[in-house]
Amino acid sequence: MKIGVLALQGDFDAHRRRLEELGAEVVLVRKPEQFDEIDGLVIPGGESTTFLKLLGDETFQKLSAFVHSKPTFGTCAGAIMLAKEVENPHQQGLDAIDITIRRNAYGRQVDSTIVEAATTLGGDPLEMVFIRAPRIERVGEGVEVLAKRGDDPVLVRKGSVMAATFHPELSNDTRVHQEFLKLVKNGTK
Amino acid sequence: MSENNGNNTSLRLKTGLAEMLKGGVIMDVMSVEQSLVAEKAGATAVMALERVPAIIRAEGGVSRMANPKLIRQIMAAVSIPVMAKCRIGHFAEAQILQELGVDYIDESEVLTPADEEHHVNKHAFKTPFVCGARNLGEALRRIAEGAAMIRTKGEAGTGDVVHAVKHMRQIVKEMHQLTVMSEEELFSAAKNHQAPYELVRMVAKAGKLPVPNFSAGGIATPADASMMMQLGAEAVFVGSGIFMKGGATPLDLSLKAEREEAESRARAIVIATTHYDDPKVLAEVSEQMTGAMKGLAVGAIAEKDLLQTRGW
Repeated sequence: MKIGVLALQGDFDAHRRRLEELGAEVVLVRKPEQFDEIDGLVIPGGESTTFLKLLGDETFQKLSAFVHSKPTFGTCAGAIMLAKEVENPHQQGLDAIDITIRRNAYGRQVDSTIVEAATTLGGDPLEMVFIRAPRIERVGEGVEVLAKRGDDPVLVRKGSVMAATFHPELSNDTRVHQEFLKLVKNGTK
Repeated sequence: MSENNGNNTSLRLKTGLAEMLKGGVIMDVMSVEQSLVAEKAGATAVMALERVPAIIRAEGGVSRMANPKLIRQIMAAVSIPVMAKCRIGHFAEAQILQELGVDYIDESEVLTPADEEHHVNKHAFKTPFVCGARNLGEALRRIAEGAAMIRTKGEAGTGDVVHAVKHMRQIVKEMHQLTVMSEEELFSAAKNHQAPYELVRMVAKAGKLPVPNFSAGGIATPADASMMMQLGAEAVFVGSGIFMKGGATPLDLSLKAEREEAESRARAIVIATTHYDDPKVLAEVSEQMTGAMKGLAVGAIAEKDLLQTRGW
């Protein structure tokens, strides 16, 4: 199983380490042709405006085709990229999952926080690291909410796409990445 | 749902933001207009300043924290993180910057130091700090004080990358040396580096700093950014290199040609930092870049005028 991690900028190396620890073969994706060799993709945390700038037309087209057909998981900036609608400010989304997401909605860095909350993944409450996090303001029909922070969905899934507004790659708990690898293994859920 | 905010949690959140900045370019800006050019070019963050190092160097005088009004305006204008500098040891400036809500505070040798002996106790702040270092001992002393990110000092405001290279090579070499030392040698290394033993041991085990390690000080071209990334930097700061012409004169963004020059430099360095190990891309972006900061050779600067020797 080959998993690509979009490595234009951000904490792609934290995702690489986690996925390798779980036995996946990881490719750091920077070029359009690399999408052809992977079975699943992780879009990491970082700055979504920087990702959009660095993608360029050709890579954006390839990325867009990939996320609409193959398993993809986005964290924080990655979740912003995958959303149907992006606010604050409005920016281009890949429309891979029917959610509306608002950038920096919990405040600035001094408002970054670590919380623990229950999930539908089973087991103990999950530690969630929020860094200048976006907020999912609307989930469309059929979007499954796997975890919440208060009333806000923070881990969602529909079809073969997963998105988290927190950073499971910065916690020791491996359940979220395991869930994604299951998705890649089983195809669309 | 429970929330915890102990000391370890605080450090994880501080280094967490630095993780998000990896592979990116943090640009010095002196106005709202420059911050918008930086964001549009793909900068991961901006450093809000009243004078970039090249101007400070040319004009002299006491250099202090930027006016909060300018910092607030820049924070309102861009959606990416905003950093600002306080003077070495000036905890009151740092308190003001935290109050403003800046995302990172740079306790910087570029400004005139406010304390000849002490750096800011950075553990006392919720806002993360980045500090400059020329060698491993300096880096570990700053981390002991609570810095959540280290950057090489280089020689700011010159457009000459030579000391960014020197400091990065020094830190990397000293880290390598620790990894092959025996327990006994590590105690003695801690003494020689004038750094806490526990941190020396952590580096010996991991082969790298316990916080992200970025590069700054003289980076002016895509090739400079690529070189620093290849030498081990995890991201780069570009100070005077984007918006300065030569001496103390910034590019005039109201003139089409000069605006395009700034945009092309910013864009080229962003792409070069991502594709730092791909000479084909580096050649393309270097070609597309119009002009570069004129610069000042570090070798021609008198020892007493170096900014990097500030900090202890």
